[in-house]
Amino acid sequence: MLGPVLIANRGEIACRIAATCRRLGLRSIAVYSDADAGAMHVAAADAAERIGPAPPRESYLSIPAIIAAALRSGARMVHPGYGFLSENADFARACVEAGLVFIGPPEAAIRAMGGKAAAKAVAREAGVAAVPGYDGEDGSPERLAEEAGRIGYPVMIKAVAGGGGRGMRRVEAAPGFPAALAAARREATAFGDDRVLVEKFVASARHIEVQVLADAHGTVLHLGERDCSLQRRNQKLVEESPGPGIDAALRAELGRRAVALARAVGYVGAGTVEFVADATPPLDAARIWFIEMNTRLQVEHPVTEMVTGLDLVEWQLRVAAGERLPFAQEDLAPQGHAVEARLCAEDPARNFLPSPGTIAMLRLPEPGPGLRIDAGFRTGDVLTPFYDPLIAKLIAHAPSRAEALERLASALDAVVAEGIRTNAGFLARALRSEAMQAGGVDTHFLEGFRLRDAAA
Amino acid sequence: MADIAVPVEITASVWKIEATPGQAVAAGDVLMILESMKMEIPVESPRAGTVKSILVAEGDQVNEGQVVLLLDA
Repeated sequence: MLGPVLIANRGEIACRIAATCRRLGLRSIAVYSDADAGAMHVAAADAAERIGPAPPRESYLSIPAIIAAALRSGARMVHPGYGFLSENADFARACVEAGLVFIGPPEAAIRAMGGKAAAKAVAREAGVAAVPGYDGEDGSPERLAEEAGRIGYPVMIKAVAGGGGRGMRRVEAAPGFPAALAAARREATAFGDDRVLVEKFVASARHIEVQVLADAHGTVLHLGERDCSLQRRNQKLVEESPGPGIDAALRAELGRRAVALARAVGYVGAGTVEFVADATPPLDAARIWFIEMNTRLQVEHPVTEMVTGLDLVEWQLRVAAGERLPFAQEDLAPQGHAVEARLCAEDPARNFLPSPGTIAMLRLPEPGPGLRIDAGFRTGDVLTPFYDPLIAKLIAHAPSRAEALERLASALDAVVAEGIRTNAGFLARALRSEAMQAGGVDTHFLEGFRLRDAAA
Repeated sequence: MADIAVPVEITASVWKIEATPGQAVAAGDVLMILESMKMEIPVESPRAGTVKSILVAEGDQVNEGQVVLLLDA
């Protein structure tokens, strides 16, 4: 493999990538903004390069600053992590042009899957069903309203270049369409692209996604699914694998679709194909539709690592260095059950209001058999308003789903944080709720649970 | 008429100022939108009144409790 590896990210994912580099004997180089000079991810790497002031646009989102840091440091490979520049095709190209190996898919695959409308066109070509909707060229308010009526309310308006729940608006009926469209466009502008698409809104939905892993020699495999239905503001908080109610036959079908899409865009590396499933039981392949592909490592990749025993960052590095994947699809059946919780600096009692500040004290449970902790911050670190509120991920693995849920809830019980608010207690109660124990909750569950929890 | 100070509830940056001085606002109207930890947080008018002055600019950093706007109410 080619070291050193520049890690173009921060927080827990930068620490996690550095750990794999170390295990593989690759030198790692962190980058940091002025707000992160003393951050945990800087200490986790073998060296570090300053890339600019605290605002992301001037540091973690600055392609010139990161390329310059990579060249200055002698890096040969660049790992983008998730978020920031990880799905930026221009960044992938800039790396290649600077003689660096971008750890991710080819620029063309990022572009093909980069917009939701473009991704749906790929899906149509590949024969994979996408959510019924309109993503045509005519973006006039009149045409969009007409298409919404044809699709049937409720509908969702989504920014073509959006993500992370931003630039999305649900519309219940025709009279609300113009105002929702204006709001969605306003948020879309923040992505530098005000185009939107209109989609059927599935009233009770589960978020199910499939991990794919491909090498540069034509092998494309899937590593099973993750159910990420526990969300707030369309952002995931708890993820698990296998997905409740998903049997081997359905897994094979979703895997087939994900692999077909990855092949269609010449995918290389680790990626995730996201689906929305009608949550009305039983899960039915005919009511599961493709939404988008994330052309990067996901926050929730550890649950897949726990049930497959693979280190996805290791395989990203090996694939980027040109190695072949040495497994066959039949070697990759999931073992046991894994669940992840995102420990965030936020206050569930105040509608998940972020809680930036200095972490006066942070105690996380000790990792051990069946419990993994991916942390990005320590006692004394500062959580600034510039970056996202993720402090650490706690991941439990056990032979059964019930044991994994309880192991994770117990781990959350053991979290002690002072100086900031966290969602640890809230998530532990959610994991122990009857609905979660039963499995198969939809994407509205967590918000409803929050209201009941606040009242209790 | 009395001056009503409108503080922010979170450390954030000012993303977008919606209100203008002299504007009449109702309770619950969005005066400005903050951004913190990748989330947009609206600052709503605590009551009906007229916007007297705006004490911050877009892009400014504000701290929890800081007064960002004065209202005549």
